[in-house]
Amino acid sequence: MPSTPAIILFLPLAVAAFVLLASKGFKLNATVCALVSTASVAITLVLSLALIFGAKSDSPDEVVKLFTWADFGSLQLEINATLDRLSRGMLFVVTFIGTLVHVFSLGYMKDDAGKARYYAGLSLFMFSMTGIVLADNFAMMFIFWELVGVSSYILIGHWYTKDSAADAAKKAFLTNRIGDFGFMIGILILFGATGSITFAGVEQGLTAGVLTGGLLTAATLCIFCGAVGKSAQFPLHVWLPDAMEGPTPVSALIHAATMVAAGVYMLVRVSFLIGVSENAATIIAYVGGFTALIAALMATQQDDIKRILAYSTLSQLGYMVMAVGLAAGEAAMFHLFTHAFFKALLFLGSGAVIYACHHEQDIWKMGGLKDKMKGTFATFAIGTAALIAVPFTSGFFSKEAILEAALHHDMLLFLCAAGVALLTAFYMTRLVVVAFFGKARTGHSDHATEVPMIMLAPLMLLAFLSIFSGYSIIADTLSPAAVHSEFNLAIFLTSLGALIAGAGGAWILYAGKDKDPLNIGIFRNKFYFDELYSVIIKFAQDKFAMVVSAVDDLFIDSLCVNGISRAVNGFGLLLRRLQSGNLQGYAFVFGLGILVILYIALINT
Amino acid sequence: MSNLLYILIFLPILASIAIALGAPARLSAIGAALVNLAISLFLFASFDSTAAGYQFAASFPVIPSPEISLSVGLDGMSLVMVLLTAIVTLCAVWVSPKQVEGSLGLYYCSSLLISAGGLGAFCATDLFFFYAFHELALIPTFLMIGIWGTGARKMVAWKITIYLGLGSVILLAGLLALFINLGGKSFDMATMQAAVAAAELPATTQAWIFLTLLIGFGILISLFPFHSWAAPAYASAPTPTSMLHAGVLKKFGLYGLLRVAVPMLPGGINTPLPLPLLGEITVLDLMLWLLLGNIIVIGLVTIAQKDLDLMLGNSSVMHMGYVFLGIASYNSIGFSGAVVLMFGHGISIALLFALAGRIREHTGTLTISRLGGFGKLAPFLGLTFAFAAFASIGLPGFANFAGEVAVFLGAFKGAGTEITFLQGATIVALWGVVISAVYMLRAYRSVFKGEPHEGATMPDLTFSQRIPVLILVASLLIVGLYPPILLDKIKPGIELIAKAFAE
Repeated sequence: MPSTPAIILFLPLAVAAFVLLASKGFKLNATVCALVSTASVAITLVLSLALIFGAKSDSPDEVVKLFTWADFGSLQLEINATLDRLSRGMLFVVTFIGTLVHVFSLGYMKDDAGKARYYAGLSLFMFSMTGIVLADNFAMMFIFWELVGVSSYILIGHWYTKDSAADAAKKAFLTNRIGDFGFMIGILILFGATGSITFAGVEQGLTAGVLTGGLLTAATLCIFCGAVGKSAQFPLHVWLPDAMEGPTPVSALIHAATMVAAGVYMLVRVSFLIGVSENAATIIAYVGGFTALIAALMATQQDDIKRILAYSTLSQLGYMVMAVGLAAGEAAMFHLFTHAFFKALLFLGSGAVIYACHHEQDIWKMGGLKDKMKGTFATFAIGTAALIAVPFTSGFFSKEAILEAALHHDMLLFLCAAGVALLTAFYMTRLVVVAFFGKARTGHSDHATEVPMIMLAPLMLLAFLSIFSGYSIIADTLSPAAVHSEFNLAIFLTSLGALIAGAGGAWILYAGKDKDPLNIGIFRNKFYFDELYSVIIKFAQDKFAMVVSAVDDLFIDSLCVNGISRAVNGFGLLLRRLQSGNLQGYAFVFGLGILVILYIALINT
Repeated sequence: MSNLLYILIFLPILASIAIALGAPARLSAIGAALVNLAISLFLFASFDSTAAGYQFAASFPVIPSPEISLSVGLDGMSLVMVLLTAIVTLCAVWVSPKQVEGSLGLYYCSSLLISAGGLGAFCATDLFFFYAFHELALIPTFLMIGIWGTGARKMVAWKITIYLGLGSVILLAGLLALFINLGGKSFDMATMQAAVAAAELPATTQAWIFLTLLIGFGILISLFPFHSWAAPAYASAPTPTSMLHAGVLKKFGLYGLLRVAVPMLPGGINTPLPLPLLGEITVLDLMLWLLLGNIIVIGLVTIAQKDLDLMLGNSSVMHMGYVFLGIASYNSIGFSGAVVLMFGHGISIALLFALAGRIREHTGTLTISRLGGFGKLAPFLGLTFAFAAFASIGLPGFANFAGEVAVFLGAFKGAGTEITFLQGATIVALWGVVISAVYMLRAYRSVFKGEPHEGATMPDLTFSQRIPVLILVASLLIVGLYPPILLDKIKPGIELIAKAFAE
């Protein structure tokens, strides 16, 4: 009987393979495939809960050996399962949101022609993400790191005949590859210095002081590069908004709640590195804070409901990365935990809106939805409340923990975080006011009706957790990290002030408006990062590649090779023989080699 | 048992003779390839992973002095190469057309002879036959391009003949120098290996011979800057020839470096040589510079390609750099990675050429801008091409990844806190992983995604056409998901090679 973590890990892989084979090879009904996939993720949820409730408070962290993936004699790469509070809690987040997204998709993707492929992709993603959570060594982490990249590529590009989706999938993959380039270098440096590939082994080596100084900082920052790619931090943040081309449930699961949080999870998993590398930690904190700020600014001027949420995700991930850099990994994980619920809720809610408005995503073409979609509106409002940290929602507690860490370490980052809180309240209020309040601006939003129960039920469950997941009765058991923050009046007032200013400002500015009274080009155009990068890619890569190719052609091929062969007279005769293309010609040349070898061998004796 | 390797090598030759005498070409070729695959799988299954040294060994004396004998045997590394050859051969003859201009018999015979040459070279434990079998495989390669190639086939056939001919001559010189310096009495590799310790060759002599072998083998492997024959040849060659040469035959040079140069010239790699223009440089450093040429320069060249076949041809040149890197690490992790990568690359490039060939057969072009939306038109083709592309860019789950990751880890094994040229080169080489993703995903996006061009058609693969494709995909996945299936068999032999160096 395989162990529980083995089932949680490999069941989704088996289901992905089954769905792919059954639907392609044996034309199995797509709905059956969808149900098999949904059932499997529900099983993994139950097993994850069993792991959590089966663990006693004093049970030691353990590593369950699954199998040796590669044995090089002096080095083993293993697929194992780490079981500790961090992984159990994360496993719950992943399988729980995963289950809801599978269920929601039964409605959302009901009539999609590629439904079986979609569910195969979701199951592959569940497998990959579980692997990241369970990893006990860098090799396993990297393997599954790449695999979530693949599943993300497949799912973003689900509607592959659509050019924008195909481009977005490619962009996401390539941007992540750049991060993974750094990640791999970091892993290799750590392996070279400590001789170990496991987290425990590397930590041991670092404690013993085998790696210090500049190389340690470099290694830590290289590892961080992986997180910069996966968690879409500046300067590799550009792929995430485009990734919204994927089906909305995918955005909720992968590009809001779980995969993009993998970078944060990985950093917390290797926090021993950040602990010994002060310079790297500072850089990490500032990258996080900077990303949080610029993403929030960009979010204030977007019109696509999913893109607003995407920039919001970037911004919240920036918060978490900042907390990691401030040595407050627990605060980061706590925010990851609450954020997973309310952001998944907001994305699924936006999916419900998009579904009801016949795939309209522009908030200025919506309006008045609060009366037509009461359930969706209520849950969306709860999600918004949690995201903008209305007191006593889950987001309020977790954001407070991060603000507290910033206040204790770095005043500049605290101010930045407070500014981001204000901006968050601003852009989310703008979204809700424009999309849900006022009058319907188009026929689509006028004819919108409430979504079916199979889509509404997951929203309700998530709404419940968006409020209550911050309370200790839930968080103490399910959350991947324990946070017990003291009440701090300064933080409370800052947080409340930011909320009132942001939400109030947006209400005054946007209530009753039919078009955006603000037009700030630099935010609307996302600080022109995309344009900048296209120029870099065009010149530093494509033009450069053309030049290299031309030099290769001209110099090495034409001049050296052809030139030399022409210059050597003896070849002239040979060439004419060969160009005549007869069999004997070719055979002659190569028979010659054999003759020479025999001749020399015999002469030599 | 001991005659199995002879059957393996001579069955394709016998089948060729039968075809020449009038046996049905396609049927005989597929039959022979199937039997050979069965034999290879049997050898693979009955190979003893715990034993070092050659298994299934047999010998047939040809010349007593100097000792040349048709000796064969397999260690883990050659076993993997034999399996690779058998798989690719079957798939290559399977995807061959049922009708060609000119002699269908010659077409199939050529593929079989390439295969026989490859198998002979990998099985041979005698240096003479190791070389001779490879030469045997080259002749039909030129013929195929010269007769059935596309585009400027005459020019390409001429170029590859000159080029590989030159490489073979340099290689020959290197092998003979080695033979003479190790006593000059026997071509038996084990005997030569045993003579290494007693011969006590000066390090500089070893280095010169190593350099000669590096260039000779290097030309055959398309080592930068001796690469310019490869991409046009693969683009022009008929599909089965590209599959067999890029997939199997090109690995001969890499295999040769690991089989001959590394263990028999242990002092040759780290001794500086005074080279014109370059100054004092060790063979190892030179190799690292050149492999970076493969990975970065040819990687960029690959990005600039506008035709799918040239892109695949260049990508295959580029990926050879990683196998070289595995060899340059000089430890058993890197060597094992090199072998697994040879297998993974061989299968994945064969699959890519097979699928691209199918597209060219139907559309008459492989210019990327003229293709589009094939994923919608031919879903099976699109899906399997994606698998091949994923394998090629080194994603986990496919054999190539297992090889690459071992190559990288090998380069950093025991590095400590010092970043030497080997580690520095590895870091630069890692950028190639980004480069290969760029060209592969771009090409995949253009050819398979989006809406089809107006009026474009592309029939999906038929049931029969799917079989070789599925064999190749399955091979990539099995090894990728569970690399010990190869690694366990490779280990004892590879450790022996690594040990020869350490002493």
